[in-house]
Amino acid sequence: MRQDPIMQSALRLGDDALILGQRLSEWCGHAPTIEVDLSLANLGLDLIGQAMHFLGLAGDIEGQGRDADTLAFFRTDLDFTNCLLVEQPNGDFAQTMTRQWLYSTYQQLLFEAMAGVEDARFAEVADKALKEVRYHAELSADWVIRLGDGTDVSHQKMVDALGWLWRFVPELFQMDELDSLAVEAGVGVDKAALRPAYDAAINAVFEEAKLTRPDDQRTLTGGRHGHHSEHLGHLLATMQHIPRSHPDARW
Amino acid sequence: MRGGEAATLEAVLQSVEDPEIPVVSVVELGIVRGLDAGQVTITPTYTGCPATAVIEANIREALDQAGFEDIQIKTVLSPAWSTDDITDAGRQKLKAYGIAPPPKGAKAASLCNKSVAECPHCGSINTREISRFGSTPCKALWQCNSCHEPFDRFKCH
Repeated sequence: MRQDPIMQSALRLGDDALILGQRLSEWCGHAPTIEVDLSLANLGLDLIGQAMHFLGLAGDIEGQGRDADTLAFFRTDLDFTNCLLVEQPNGDFAQTMTRQWLYSTYQQLLFEAMAGVEDARFAEVADKALKEVRYHAELSADWVIRLGDGTDVSHQKMVDALGWLWRFVPELFQMDELDSLAVEAGVGVDKAALRPAYDAAINAVFEEAKLTRPDDQRTLTGGRHGHHSEHLGHLLATMQHIPRSHPDARW
Repeated sequence: MRGGEAATLEAVLQSVEDPEIPVVSVVELGIVRGLDAGQVTITPTYTGCPATAVIEANIREALDQAGFEDIQIKTVLSPAWSTDDITDAGRQKLKAYGIAPPPKGAKAASLCNKSVAECPHCGSINTREISRFGSTPCKALWQCNSCHEPFDRFKCH
């Protein structure tokens, strides 16, 4: 079946935000301090707000009567189009913050560019969310610096977190045929072109955090086409079981 | 719409409080964008703010009670809400309530939340940020080094 690049673009944006938001919500009540607990829950809330907009838009474009909730709760892992980075488990606090920083730094550049696309439905959400995303990027970069340039233990945890997560970074900037069509349609951004600015931003933080940029590894990819790690299924099971068990339930 | 009706409509909207910060109205917070052509235009503060749906429901209820059942509510995202949209009266009320209002003109500098905040209790500017997030998405938690009271600060946005 030929996929609509505009609908798929909205879906990819919505899925990234939804899955990362769900991951962050897993910290609720478990973070090391109440301030951190609040931060992670609020970051998650912002992301789920973005997911509502993008998934709602995807459903509107599709025109089959699926709304944001239907897309979030009634699709299986094979139909999710999020990147692999956001579905990685929280791990320890260092891994959560590293994942956040690697993603938010990318998302900030993406939304800065998307705020200028022709299609107002995409540009307006990007422009609206950009202010929140800048805050996420700043907050997570602060933690990367604090942990990287902290104790021997916190530094080692950052090295380990980067060692695992680095392999998922190239996927963020990959362009497939749908992405190219989305650029032509005035909804998408040339993600590959964002990489130099991304590298400049993260290299500056690496330096301040006294961390060494990891060597490039064999890239893991496929999330945009539904090829996910086993972790996504477990996340979806937790997220979806109530609406699937009680599909008629209302607030 | 006749002039008298417009004034009544405005008064109705002024009576709708923000559910999280009840000292300010949705008009003072800048959530109400405009009233014209039979509709009220509103804009969310944060994309994921849980208060957004409550605010819309509260505005609907207030309009219905005042006999404005035919007035529609439209939500827009653009231009994105900014703390610059909070009125001067709203800022004064926030301060009196114990929330440090955001500095005006903060929009250009984006989220310039590392700048100083004035303690809403004693007026000191010798203050520090404790947590980048507070009790709602729109606030950060600060403490005054002079009077030692903690306080919420509206994030520049």
